[in-house]
Amino acid sequence: MPEEFKPGCQRPPIKKTAPVEPKTGGESSEPGKEGKGQMVKVGKTAPDFTAPAYYQGKFMNVSLSEYRGKWVLLCFYPGDFTFV
Amino acid sequence: MGVEVLSVSVDSVFVHKMWNDYELSKMINRDIPFMMLSDQDGSIGKLYGIYDEDSGVETRGRFIIDPDGVIQGFEVLTPPVGRNVNETIRQIQAFQLVRGSGGTEATPSGWKPGKQTLKPGPELVGNVWKVWQVKEAFDE
Repeated sequence: MPEEFKPGCQRPPIKKTAPVEPKTGGESSEPGKEGKGQMVKVGKTAPDFTAPAYYQGKFMNVSLSEYRGKWVLLCFYPGDFTFV
Repeated sequence: MGVEVLSVSVDSVFVHKMWNDYELSKMINRDIPFMMLSDQDGSIGKLYGIYDEDSGVETRGRFIIDPDGVIQGFEVLTPPVGRNVNETIRQIQAFQLVRGSGGTEATPSGWKPGKQTLKPGPELVGNVWKVWQVKEAFDE
């Protein structure tokens, strides 16, 4: 499960474990852009990632893969303090 | 419901702490009960296709991921419009029901807990109109 880390001046490295899907050229809503940023597909495995997080007074490193066996709601938003 | 929430933005974990401490905790009278992830280079957002290169932030993408790690549904909104949490909860309830039935049941349009499900099969082909009415797609 997520492990606490001691915050310092150096950011923890971001681990990108998921393979970026190879360019298929197909029906990308945003063509170009080096094949990145393509929308994921429903019914497909969610790309894994590890990232630092804040959780109830602690700084944690968390990976999506640690949540296998559970339902997960993954919510992105434009930024803290962005009103909505 | 047994759902783990993970929120993600390009802010640092320190900003997450400040937002929690100075604003969000005042809305709910306690700390945010889920992990607030920091994706400062937008790499996670790019993986999911919701990172906006032009503004350097992540749009309001919301993904429902099942216990096998499979994406069952998503919704993406531009920044000025907030989400409908009730609809997200309803979708999770529907996906959980379908999964619990081993795929023998499906939830028609407008389904919510307590409403009728459908059991797809040869007998139901062309006969949905006998067992399901359009008004069930709407809230009473």
